[in-house]
Amino acid sequence: MIEFRMPSLGADMDAGTLVEWMKKPGDPVQRGDIIAVVETQKGAIEIEVFDDGVLAETLAKPGEKVPVGHIMATIRGKDERPGEVSIEPKAFAKSAEAAPAATMPKQTIPLSTAEISAVRAAITPAARRRAAELGIDPATIMPGKDGIIGLDQVDATKRAAPARAPAGISFDEMRKAIAAAMAKSHREIPHYYVSSTIDVSPLIAWLEVENARRPVTARLLYAVPLIRALALALAKTPELNGHYVDGCFLPAQNVNMGIAIAMRGGGLIAPAIGGVEALNLDLLMDKLRDLVGRVRGGRLRSSELSEGTITFSNLGEETADEVFPLIYPPQVAIIGCGKISERPWVTDGKVVVRRTMTISVAGDHRVSDGRRAAQFLSRFEQLLRRPEML
Amino acid sequence: MRNITYRDAVREALIEALERDPRVFLMGEDVGRYGGAYACSKGLLEKFGEERIRDTPLSESGFVGAGIGAALGGMRPIVEIMTINFSLLALDQIVNNAATLRHMSGGQLSVPIVIRMATGAGRQLAAQHSHSFECWYAHVPGLRVVAPATVADARGMLATALREPDPVIIFEHATLYNDEGQVAAEGALAVDLDKAATRRSGRDATVVTYGGSLKKALAAAETLAAEGISCEVIDLRILRPLDDAAVMASVRRTHRAVIVDEGWRSGSLAAEISARIMEQAFYDLDAPVARVCSAEVPIPYPRHLEIAATPQPETIVAAVKGVLRR
Repeated sequence: MIEFRMPSLGADMDAGTLVEWMKKPGDPVQRGDIIAVVETQKGAIEIEVFDDGVLAETLAKPGEKVPVGHIMATIRGKDERPGEVSIEPKAFAKSAEAAPAATMPKQTIPLSTAEISAVRAAITPAARRRAAELGIDPATIMPGKDGIIGLDQVDATKRAAPARAPAGISFDEMRKAIAAAMAKSHREIPHYYVSSTIDVSPLIAWLEVENARRPVTARLLYAVPLIRALALALAKTPELNGHYVDGCFLPAQNVNMGIAIAMRGGGLIAPAIGGVEALNLDLLMDKLRDLVGRVRGGRLRSSELSEGTITFSNLGEETADEVFPLIYPPQVAIIGCGKISERPWVTDGKVVVRRTMTISVAGDHRVSDGRRAAQFLSRFEQLLRRPEML
Repeated sequence: MRNITYRDAVREALIEALERDPRVFLMGEDVGRYGGAYACSKGLLEKFGEERIRDTPLSESGFVGAGIGAALGGMRPIVEIMTINFSLLALDQIVNNAATLRHMSGGQLSVPIVIRMATGAGRQLAAQHSHSFECWYAHVPGLRVVAPATVADARGMLATALREPDPVIIFEHATLYNDEGQVAAEGALAVDLDKAATRRSGRDATVVTYGGSLKKALAAAETLAAEGISCEVIDLRILRPLDDAAVMASVRRTHRAVIVDEGWRSGSLAAEISARIMEQAFYDLDAPVARVCSAEVPIPYPRHLEIAATPQPETIVAAVKGVLRR
């Protein structure tokens, strides 16, 4: 009998509240299937199963808060017969703040005539009614492709609404979770930092040409070749990619790149794209788009939160020049990326205007040192000189 | 259960009616010696004799009027009109006499007549034999108008219609007679004449239809199902009085409605149903009600033009995608 336990979805998590079982006893399960949805400080997370078999018994009930590592269900392996092993069902300490049933109190906000006349984007009657029931201002709803707001658009807005989750994805809570993880990081990990300002003109020039010939839906964000180059550079610097657990470094086989994504309304989450080293630019773009969509929609999977091996924090195009991030434990490195800006640049003895970017690495001194990280950055820079090869 | 054709179902229903009640008789053009334009009364003349299976002259107003007189006199006539186009010659009798006499006599007279007729396009019979005027009859108070779209309804509706104290018009779509379907082995064949039927359940859109268009709507629903779109298909069955409740309940659930009606769009049954949805379920709609009707031309003779002029599964599929904004 396989015990299915509440996974740890990060160094900062000590318990999760079961929202619902996606499988019922008797259902066959396969590695990778989504078995449950658990509410954490990071929102509702889809929990995957890691074994093949049949879901035997569910021990946790929706609404129950289950500590990390406690058994939530039992799974009968493929070769086991029913009733071979029985596990004492454990009662979970029911927290006083156990989540209420996963429904949102209905709130009817009557629309005044002023509001109605203000919202002249076509909205279907059913969509208007549902938006009113959900307390969503129609003016905040993005219309569909045809410029009309229908039920689908209302529902999409509802899914994306930050204050949507039943157990409340509270940004105070999320801030506490980030604080706990970062305090641990700052306290326990001896950080070193190296940074390098690199000329990304070839990358941007190539990307402009590349995007010009692509349909709008297939265009690449500049983060995509960056992530690809980081993954390729990491292959030569394995000390930066892995986990530090119980005094021991465990290098990772694949690059599962955590991507720091800002959530609507505040908060930050870094779900990972698995096996980046094996993905080409198009696949990577698809994964990134999907991931960002699901972050906004609050539908992440457990593996994305628990299996990251390194994190990439890109502050975006219009913010700071440089960032020195803190490692997300138990990872051993994090990469920070500042904005791309035009600067005077000396090349071949001449001052020219180039587009540059400062990229920094925070590494764990227990595993590596600045020299290795500098080699990593140098390799990264070389890769970016030939973006067409990525 | 057993499998029979729509034609056999009509024929069985006629035989049952004639055997059960001596007041029942069938009359119309060619119903006797020829066996009916669609062979529904084949052999009935030999079985029941000329008293009860009566061939009439080509005079719709005359024999429908005679039927109304017989009904007033205590008989239970079943009058067959070859096609709906010809029924216009009897419109005066149906609308001004059959439909009004109960009202005008202060309830002293009733006209328990059943008028059957073939309707619709699809057999290359050209404009004068192919139209769909059901809505003209569904417009008239005092009539009950039904359209059996399935073999079971064809088998069951006549018996129920004969129990009505008022005139009932039964529209049989001309493309249905050869279709096969399941009916109960014995007994319990009668069907009610008040309720629409959900022929397929679904959640994304409601397709409202009747008669000959039902199979096209079901075919469209099947195609859409393969694309992950789930359609509810409602067979009105009764065109007057309309079963609003069934339509509204479905539209309130799916939020989208497509009405398939072989009649012309202007002033059609589809127009009436659309207006009722607007009146009763406006706030539940996620798209304007869509209609798939016949092109506003006399139904053409050539096969490809007849297909182009009338609702088809493909046009229904497109309309459903339209209301789903896909």
